[in-house]
Amino acid sequence: MSKQRKAVALISGGLDSMLAAKIVMEQGVHVEGINFFTGFCVEGHTHAIREKDNAKPNRNNALWVAEQLGIKLHIVDVIEEYKKVLINPKHGYGTHMNPCLDCKIFMVNKAKQWIEENDFDFIITGEVIGQRPMSQTKSKMPIVAKQSGADDLLLRPMCAKNLPATKPELEGWVDREKLHDITGRSRKPQIEMAKQFGIDDYSQPAGGCCFLTDKYYSAKLVDLWKAQGDKDYELDDIMLLKVGRHIRPKPNFKLIVAREEGEGRFLQGYKKDFISMHCSSHPGPLSLIDGELSAEDLFFAARVVARYAQGRDEDQVDITITQKDGSERTIQVKPFSKAEVLNEWHV
Amino acid sequence: MQAIRETLNARRLLCPLPVIRTQDKVKQLNPGDQLEIICTDPGVMHDIPAWCRINGHQVLDTSSGNHEYIIIIEVGAK
Ligand code: SF4
Repeated sequence: MSKQRKAVALISGGLDSMLAAKIVMEQGVHVEGINFFTGFCVEGHTHAIREKDNAKPNRNNALWVAEQLGIKLHIVDVIEEYKKVLINPKHGYGTHMNPCLDCKIFMVNKAKQWIEENDFDFIITGEVIGQRPMSQTKSKMPIVAKQSGADDLLLRPMCAKNLPATKPELEGWVDREKLHDITGRSRKPQIEMAKQFGIDDYSQPAGGCCFLTDKYYSAKLVDLWKAQGDKDYELDDIMLLKVGRHIRPKPNFKLIVAREEGEGRFLQGYKKDFISMHCSSHPGPLSLIDGELSAEDLFFAARVVARYAQGRDEDQVDITITQKDGSERTIQVKPFSKAEVLNEWHV
Repeated sequence: MQAIRETLNARRLLCPLPVIRTQDKVKQLNPGDQLEIICTDPGVMHDIPAWCRINGHQVLDTSSGNHEYIIIIEVGAK
């Protein structure tokens, strides 16, 4: 009997990677999933923070897909290593701050290392030619295979017939005839295929698999880098970009104002890292202040914070300022009017 | 070998980090060992049991209170 071959499938949580894994499993290959956590993944996070999102099923789609397929899933923390991909992408950014091509190369390269360490035979991705303008054009496919070092061990079952045969096909580990030739942005072939496999529940993220394809998130990241003068970041920085209103009235500081209770609770966890403010005379959200502030700036920030409290129309409210060491003092300020909080302050 | 019980502090971590930390910790344990995971992200109540189901581990108990979520699992055969 021929040896059972083993493949690792990059599982994003979306439909394409789910189908790609399924196609290969149907051919008798042992498949396990791998998912890379860059810190920017759409999975998790916001629904964990925001109360209003708690009504939605807050499942992790990658785990859910693995469970539907009946395969193991290995989630790999690549937060540190991913920095060099995002900070200096060789192939540049997409429409927003998404370095998709470099990201794909990086992930396939990590998968290549993983198959070597775990004695697997090849790698599967759900890529479809022409689906994404930046990373999934026909000319980019060989770049990912080559620069990741995976070469002909990278199989894309969804569009394999439009690409040169890979080792799994040439060696007969999989039957090329049973692979597919999907191209373009239409989702119809995938939806049809899902139906044939009896898959009727799946997630179809609109922009992509991570926050870096989001216009507003990207703007906050660019603002962060500009303010600190370099492109570095820590996990806490990029988490905080997902939370609250970000308001930068002056180049040297910004405020992060909780939009609801869940966010307020999340921001509480950062009170040792930032000066924080809240309105103590009226109900109002917690705000973190990021930057170096003069006494005048603090007063200015307090007037912004007051704008988001229930006393916004009063002549004067109390704002309590809490230092990182927990010491507090309260000042009286006049809340800014709606017109005084300029639109361009909103990052 | 005597089964052991360990505790993993995953407070303040957001999903999927508690799952990743659980996964890494379980790698160091043996079948039959127990792990208590203490978290603050409610998403773990969904994700850790899902992770256990697909990887053959057993959830012994889940509880929550005071904005903390505690899951006790038993490591399955590897
Ligand atoms: S959308 Fe994000 S995770 Fe997906 S390939 Fe692009 S940069 Fe990578």
